[in-house]
Amino acid sequence: MSALKKIFQPVTDLWSLVVGLQITGRNFAQRQVTVHYPRQEVPPEVNASYRGPIQLVANPRNAAKPKCTACNICVPACPSACITVVKAPPPPITPEQEKAFQEAEARGEEVERPAAPREPIIWINDFSLCSLCGVCVEACPTHCIEFSHDLYSVGTSRKDFKHDLLAPFPEALRPADYKPEEK
Amino acid sequence: MRYEEMGLTEGDFYSRNFQKGAREDTLILNLGPQHPATHGVLRVIVELDGEYVIRAEPVIGYLHRMHEKMAEVRSIYQYLPNMGRVDYGHALGWNWALVGAVEKLAGFEVPERAQYIRVITTELNRITSHLLWWGAFTLDLGAITPIMYAFDDRERMLDILQMATGSRLTHSSFRVGGVCADINDTFIEACKEFIPHMRGRLPMYRDLVTGNIILRKRLEGVGVFDADLCRRYGGSGPVVRGSGIAYDARKAEATPMYDRFDWKVAVQTGGDSMARYLVRMDEMEQSLNIIEQALASLPEGKVMMPKAPKVTWQVPKGEAYFATEGARGKVGIHLVSDGGKNPYKIKLRSPCFSNLSLFAEAARGTLLADALAILGSLDLVIPEIDR
Repeated sequence: MSALKKIFQPVTDLWSLVVGLQITGRNFAQRQVTVHYPRQEVPPEVNASYRGPIQLVANPRNAAKPKCTACNICVPACPSACITVVKAPPPPITPEQEKAFQEAEARGEEVERPAAPREPIIWINDFSLCSLCGVCVEACPTHCIEFSHDLYSVGTSRKDFKHDLLAPFPEALRPADYKPEEK
Repeated sequence: MRYEEMGLTEGDFYSRNFQKGAREDTLILNLGPQHPATHGVLRVIVELDGEYVIRAEPVIGYLHRMHEKMAEVRSIYQYLPNMGRVDYGHALGWNWALVGAVEKLAGFEVPERAQYIRVITTELNRITSHLLWWGAFTLDLGAITPIMYAFDDRERMLDILQMATGSRLTHSSFRVGGVCADINDTFIEACKEFIPHMRGRLPMYRDLVTGNIILRKRLEGVGVFDADLCRRYGGSGPVVRGSGIAYDARKAEATPMYDRFDWKVAVQTGGDSMARYLVRMDEMEQSLNIIEQALASLPEGKVMMPKAPKVTWQVPKGEAYFATEGARGKVGIHLVSDGGKNPYKIKLRSPCFSNLSLFAEAARGTLLADALAILGSLDLVIPEIDR
């Protein structure tokens, strides 16, 4: 190393630090980039493409009911086994109706017993297991599952992550012993 | 003989079986598994003579999640989201490796538009991965602020990537036979806006960090890997490209579409940590070039092939190997199927596993602080090593 270089090397080295400090100083004067979450939130258009926890699509004929037909194709499709769907049972038959059916059968007539409605009574997504992969969304033959854009799905207990997907539908069928959760 | 009878009452299996060297005056130090410089749960047991490392032995397996075993109990469609979890940094590289292997075995023809979307999103993901590494690496070396600059750009990119893939970290948007969603004009506009912005930021990174004398003193001449060492351990990615081996799986394994774009494999001949650093910085620029060209020549059409496989689709009998270039190196999937419901076996070839193997030999004789610089320059993602 030449003597001249020996003298100037520390100067150029020091200059590289000054250049870095210039950038830091410039950025110090600029607007903050960080979004301070609890006080501020990101603009909603950012969430629009986010694939959040799944939700059910409303029935096009009756928005108070889900479109889901309880075909149970999504249940085995889920790689994490986090979906629970229970289909509604057939409506109860009174003894009089049963008697009428039996009499009709005895006469040799064809009897149409009331079929189970094609609707779920329980639809739970265990979000603590869900990995938001979307296999259920793609597997659903009636396209009744969709991603919500909820970025802030948090909870303080395990129960909070058992998402009841029928909750937004007031006219959805429910089990006999169902009690709506108080909030 | 039981350990207690040998007089060993402390430590666990690894520390008890870490053979003491011939010398008496050395110190055995346990780095990790919870160490800020190991980026996860990597544990390194080192034997020290003062500040110098005599021997370093990585202990892995703290994040083993049985990804290979999970493949045997799921259909290929259900296994796709796993790929995003193997490597959180460059999820789409792994995505592509898996769908590529399946498509190769089944002989599927993927629509051209889908392939272009794959290229664009994979390259965007490569830049976010390198930015994450860049911030974390400088953090290892004691520079706190660069990660803030890196995450500023990274968050912008994640916003863009979210439009195409729907998620910000564990992307899983590739499907067998295409991609799950088409890109829209907003995405293309955002990309076209971002590319010049990022090109303007790269010189700033150079001024802020690359030219910084403190960083250069920490990296130049530290952890020199020669090409022979890299080949012996099967290293790949920026680690070997820093040692002058121009091996890039995108070119070598002919990943679809990459031959249509004009880009260069970033190579440095130094072999030291600085060379690996510079390779990654150059790669970001090359990725921007690829994205720009892909956006300019984006063809119209469908993004899913007709009659694309559904959830219960069974992989035909046979085996296939498909490799592509992840941000850390060559990502390979060896798929064996017996024609059943689930694949018979999927072997994941993880680049970090091979790259970590270099560390034990390269760290010998270096200062402890330099050993951490070498570890950082390898860009390790621990979930990928343990799989």
